[in-house]
Amino acid sequence: MGLLSLAIWVPICFGVVLLALGRDDQAGVVRWVALVGAVVSLLVTIPLYTGFVVDSAAMQFVEKALWIERFNIHYHLGIDGISLWLIPLTAFITVVVVISAWEVITERVNQYMGAFLILSGLMIGVFSALDGMLFYVFFEATLIPMYLIIGIWGGPNKIYAAFKFFLYTLMGSLLMLVALVYLYNAAGGSFDILAWHKLPLGASVQTLLFFAFFAAFAVKVPMWPVHTWLPDVHVEAPTGGSAVLAAIMLKLGAYGFLRFSMPIAPDASHEWATFVIVLSLIAVLYVGLVAMVQKDMKKLVAYSSVAHMGFVTLGFFLFNNLGVSGAIVQMIAHGFVSAAMFLCIGVLYDRMHSRQIADYGGVVNTMPKFAAFALLFVMANCGLPGTAGFVGEWMVILAAVKVNFWIGLLSASALIFGAAYSLWMYKRVYLGSVGNDHVKELVDINGREFFMLSLLAIAVLVMGVYPKPFTDVMDASVTQLLQHVAVSKLP
Amino acid sequence: MIDNISWVVAYPEILLLIMACVIALVDLGVKSPSRTTTHVLTLLTLGALAVLLAMYARTGQVVTGFGGMVVTDPMGNWLKCFATIAMMVTLVYGRAYAASRDMMRGGELFSLSLFALLGIYVMISGHNFLVIYLGLEMLTLSCYALVALRRDDGRATEAAMKYFVLGALASGFLLYGMSMLYGATGSLDIAKVMQVISAGGHNKQVLILGVVFIVAGLAFKLGAVPFHMWIPDIYQGAPTVVTLIVGGAPKLAAFAIVMRLLVEGLLPLAADWQQMMAVLAVCSLAVGNLAAIAQTNLKRMLAFSTISQVGFLVLAFVAGTSGGDASNATNSYSAGMFYAVTYVLTTLCTFGVILVLSREGFESEDIQDLAGLNQRSPALAGIMAICMFSLAGIPPMVGFYAKLAVLQGLLASGAAGMIQLAVFAVVMSLIGAFYYLRVVKVMYFDAPVQIAPIEATTGVTAVLSINGLMILALGLMPGGLMTLCSDSIAALFR
Repeated sequence: MGLLSLAIWVPICFGVVLLALGRDDQAGVVRWVALVGAVVSLLVTIPLYTGFVVDSAAMQFVEKALWIERFNIHYHLGIDGISLWLIPLTAFITVVVVISAWEVITERVNQYMGAFLILSGLMIGVFSALDGMLFYVFFEATLIPMYLIIGIWGGPNKIYAAFKFFLYTLMGSLLMLVALVYLYNAAGGSFDILAWHKLPLGASVQTLLFFAFFAAFAVKVPMWPVHTWLPDVHVEAPTGGSAVLAAIMLKLGAYGFLRFSMPIAPDASHEWATFVIVLSLIAVLYVGLVAMVQKDMKKLVAYSSVAHMGFVTLGFFLFNNLGVSGAIVQMIAHGFVSAAMFLCIGVLYDRMHSRQIADYGGVVNTMPKFAAFALLFVMANCGLPGTAGFVGEWMVILAAVKVNFWIGLLSASALIFGAAYSLWMYKRVYLGSVGNDHVKELVDINGREFFMLSLLAIAVLVMGVYPKPFTDVMDASVTQLLQHVAVSKLP
Repeated sequence: MIDNISWVVAYPEILLLIMACVIALVDLGVKSPSRTTTHVLTLLTLGALAVLLAMYARTGQVVTGFGGMVVTDPMGNWLKCFATIAMMVTLVYGRAYAASRDMMRGGELFSLSLFALLGIYVMISGHNFLVIYLGLEMLTLSCYALVALRRDDGRATEAAMKYFVLGALASGFLLYGMSMLYGATGSLDIAKVMQVISAGGHNKQVLILGVVFIVAGLAFKLGAVPFHMWIPDIYQGAPTVVTLIVGGAPKLAAFAIVMRLLVEGLLPLAADWQQMMAVLAVCSLAVGNLAAIAQTNLKRMLAFSTISQVGFLVLAFVAGTSGGDASNATNSYSAGMFYAVTYVLTTLCTFGVILVLSREGFESEDIQDLAGLNQRSPALAGIMAICMFSLAGIPPMVGFYAKLAVLQGLLASGAAGMIQLAVFAVVMSLIGAFYYLRVVKVMYFDAPVQIAPIEATTGVTAVLSINGLMILALGLMPGGLMTLCSDSIAALFR
């Protein structure tokens, strides 16, 4: 069994065991088993980084076995510099989520933990699948645990949110299914993604395929104007659900652009690049403004996620090395920062049972340690140099200026909006005098919460100060991708 | 003539007939109200038959007998084997339900089920219009009686009456179509009809009219729109165990007779019946999915869901013929067979859960009755959720691969309009996802209404768990069943 298989199946096996054997009267044992499962799952992803050959653009840790003979579907796994960091990121966020739920989730603990562990394995499967159908199976299967997580442990309007999440994203991916089957037939009966990259396709076919994939990935990212599900879902999802959704699930869509849309339909990607760039800029600017007026903290962070993911899609479609690398760095950084932001809101929500900004004020007086962490993450969210949030956005803006001054200018101005809504929220929630009696009774974070937030704080700072390990590994793969995309595939 | 009678071709049918009679006779002597002897004897018979059929199917032989009236081939044997297992599982699930509803005062439930299964066998192996018709009547007559088994139940009686009237009408359609084909070709034998049509020189008008009637009759038996109205009433009105008998194994026979009549007999006319099938598929997908949204009764919702699933199944026949390329035809029909088999597997499991939840004096048939099932029994809720996700076509459940196979056939055919059909089917399955998800929502997100403990014997629980895990396991490893289906279908064209 290869390393990638271990990374996928270890968390899934732990999750299944928890679902099958866990009971609420043994919640303590269940939590520890879940934590052990999550940590082991993280440990098995470390050799992926240490054993990765940095200067190779080829797929590494490849595993290939015939899975479904009738359709020539293979269990085909492999990673390159683009997908490498997303896998430890997924496993890391799962550990944090398990810790975050420790005392908070008291009902059906085994199902909660099991769902997150299974989800983690499935998402790693998405990032490492090199067979179109295997990718689709993992991509769709992630909907099931997330649907249950939102619906069972969500807020008052959880059912609406769960359905919206499921049906909205299913709508996009079903069109992708048609595209995958079309490619299978066009490639003479093969679901091999790497073979699809080399397949010559006509201009109109490329456009159709591009939009079929676009439907799936744009909804998942989410791009303006199909982002409307995200705020609704984030508001209702439990803290862990929001964290995983923002940190990892949104990246499934962004990753799809790099693995499918751009290399399979390069001509259509160039043709429609302006279209995608315009949508990304709208996301960055307009959604940034929308975030500013939110009264609900989770909604604010959700809109800010849309804006940050706008940088990712913007970077991809600039078609230069700096832009794509910056976008990938931004994906990873946003994974840490958005998870941290949602966990901070979770810490407050567990105490006050409110997400309204107006219900808070002066939290720093009663929760000084927590407020310090929150400040770091808010700063990272608005892209302060020295934090993870800075590196990716800076690279994308530089790349944008190279391509077109105005795109650069517009995207750079988004940083101002980002600072505005993040800092204004921080001011209203944390600073000033104590807002009301409930805030006065707040207790500062305990050891568990301190540990959980420090894990994320270390990640955010390390990535901000020393991003080299993140950028080095992707260089060869990004260069190769861009070389591939630059060549027309028209027959 | 007597030389052509090769008894060995029909031995599963003969064995089943003998055992059905023996069990009916033995049951006369059974005094206990739980009818354990009859039940065990029936299950043993079915189990033995399933094993024998599987062994026979694995030889891969194609043999005709009785002067070409009956054929035994891998497709038929596998379908019979799966139908037998389906009937066996149905009787395991349904025993407690039937016993608590006074349906086991006599042994009719078992005898009629066996005779219905005999009808299914004859339909599947028939290679002659009249033999197929006889099998069909045997199946449906047994089913009419089964639906009416609770004589004192108003709704069941009404359902039986509707079923009988509409079923007789459909049989009439089918028979009328067959008579026209006989008039045009001069034969009732499927192989000969095929030869005559291929050779040409027949009266095309009569032939086409015959095809229209045959397709209408088949559409009724499959439950495709606009011949679907009996399905919701029967599903809802019949006692749940009978719903499963009617809605499970016979679907396999329906698939088989479409293969025998349209593909083996009338393939040269494919261009004509393919268009009708396309219309049936589109209507079934639309009506089935949209009407299911409005249902509050679980059994009725599942009835409309069946209609939409049949629409998908019919698409396999549309795809199969449009290309003209032999390998594509094989692929599409085997996709259809895979769809039928996995659909029956999922249906068994779904109704199995409903049967377990129904107690004495309580019918678990509203969607709301499932409320909070996850809190009452996480295992049952998990099994039901697997079924729902499978019916909705979400991977990694087996239902996804069934839809994938059909879509692949559609897109590979390359004929005009196939991409649009595929997109339509996909959009409809998105709508379908909504009402399947609603069942999951009720089980997992709502608070329980029923708090009575769930009673199920170890045997039922074990079979139900295996059934549910099969749906998941076949989703993780669908290769074997897919190869089995494509090999079986390929044997037809050899």
